[in-house]
Amino acid sequence: MTQRSQRNWIALKTIWRKEITRYMRIWIQTLLPPVITMSLYFVIFGNLIGSRIGDMGGFTYMEFIVPGLIMMSIITNSYSNVASSFFSAKFQHNIEELIVAPVPAWVVIAGYLGGGMSRAILVGILVSFISLLFVDIHIHNFAAIVATLLLTASLFACAGLINGVYARNFDDISIIPTFVLTPLTYLGGVFYSLTLLPEFWQWVSKANPIVYMVSGFRYGFLGQSDFSIGTSIGLLVLFNIVFIGFAYRLIQKGVGIRS
Amino acid sequence: MTAKSKFALEIKGLKKTYDGGVQALKGVDLTVTRGDFFALLGPNGAGKSTTIGIISSLVNKSEGDVKVFDFSLEKELVEAKSCIGLVPQEFNFNQFETLQQIVVNQAGYYGVPRDIALQRSEKYLKQLDLWGKKDQPARALSGGMKRRLMIARALMHEPNILILDEPTAGVDIEIRRSMWEFLTKINEQGITIILTTHYLEEAEMLCRNIAIIDKGRIVENTTMKNLLAKLNVETFVLDLPANSHNPIINGYESRLLENNTLEVDVPKESGLNQLFSQLTEQGIEVLSLRNKANRLEELFVKLVENGRKEAQV
Repeated sequence: MTQRSQRNWIALKTIWRKEITRYMRIWIQTLLPPVITMSLYFVIFGNLIGSRIGDMGGFTYMEFIVPGLIMMSIITNSYSNVASSFFSAKFQHNIEELIVAPVPAWVVIAGYLGGGMSRAILVGILVSFISLLFVDIHIHNFAAIVATLLLTASLFACAGLINGVYARNFDDISIIPTFVLTPLTYLGGVFYSLTLLPEFWQWVSKANPIVYMVSGFRYGFLGQSDFSIGTSIGLLVLFNIVFIGFAYRLIQKGVGIRS
Repeated sequence: MTAKSKFALEIKGLKKTYDGGVQALKGVDLTVTRGDFFALLGPNGAGKSTTIGIISSLVNKSEGDVKVFDFSLEKELVEAKSCIGLVPQEFNFNQFETLQQIVVNQAGYYGVPRDIALQRSEKYLKQLDLWGKKDQPARALSGGMKRRLMIARALMHEPNILILDEPTAGVDIEIRRSMWEFLTKINEQGITIILTTHYLEEAEMLCRNIAIIDKGRIVENTTMKNLLAKLNVETFVLDLPANSHNPIINGYESRLLENNTLEVDVPKESGLNQLFSQLTEQGIEVLSLRNKANRLEELFVKLVENGRKEAQV
């Protein structure tokens, strides 16, 4: 390992540690709410309403929605962690600690993405444990679960970073989650199979990237999905390349963080 | 840091125009010798913080070159950044992190392994009298402690040059003096120090060389000794007994103020003895004597005014 790569590796680990320490310190705000929210979804949609819906694609409604609900918590947590952490660093000016140091843009991005992904995975594991109280989890293809999970967490962490870069006040980091992310997630096939929709709405739904993530994740658990796992993974890789490339350009140029 | 580098900092033709069109720097040329204790003075909005911001990569330059220990900011940014420790004007650490987390993380960004960073955190937090508070969140510190924390943080990667932007602003005189002692000590150990300050006596006491910047231009760049030598008239304030008359003092300009206070401009070559002789001859008793203002402050105002007149021509 060269001196430069060793320095970058230490800087990367430092950002990860700092990010993990941050969300663990405020676990009541970061880890507990998604666990409570998802528990309510399991009780209300899965147990109370779901028992009257009947099977969906050969699985109970509860079994059907579990992958989507885990994916929902992964999306919201990876996004909000990075958006709020990066914006807070800008707001308190402690982002300057990173700018004055010899930390390359890719290390900053990898550090924040790693922090957001770790929180998303931790929440995903907690929600999975909660779901075990209600239903047995099937695992059809573990590799598909891991690949979809990591690519989705990385994509939304990156989207959160871009939001944090452009945000000028705290309202700016809640606009996208409220008006874009939440509707897309609810319409992303978490609670229903796209095949239940009229043909026109099935076609419209294909423009929603979240349906491919939910579909890929559900395939990993149930072996059943609206799209092939290859399509889901391929699109996720493509989105990741585009978003990470864009974030790199922003951080390298110092948009929103350097005068 | 290159072994042969003579200059800690070389700035040539540095210009900065902000997005709104404000031209903060209009071609700054500046050199700071290795090991120097250098003061950069100027009124508010003169361009001090912009200059420091460009050196430390917080601000993008519009034109010009900056080299830190021979490392160009443009071509060898990583090496240049590794040489610099920055103590900014505003508190810019995470207020919710503990003191030790703040300084250890900063060392990590510079590639200092964690075990070494932990040892250094003890060294610098102890030197700056903050070790007892290492596990407290930074928001619990007083203003003076926060300033010292920023100095400890800037030293964690053991830089060759320390840049301090008004480090003693808002701290009491006791803490200010302890910070002066600390800075003098680390300068003696070989760290080049660049300081901006509004306390001119601070610059006079600490710095060997000085530059004065105003409206984005350097109006003076010399040794502190040469600068003070330019001061040829000093104003003294003499308190006289009640109902004293206005004395006639040859060779001095004087003004009797309402409250029995006499202001006298004393040329350097005349000294105070002649003044007191003349006052004694006229039967005027002097109750007390003091400087009207800091000597350097007078000179500073004069230089800035001259610079502005020249700029208008």
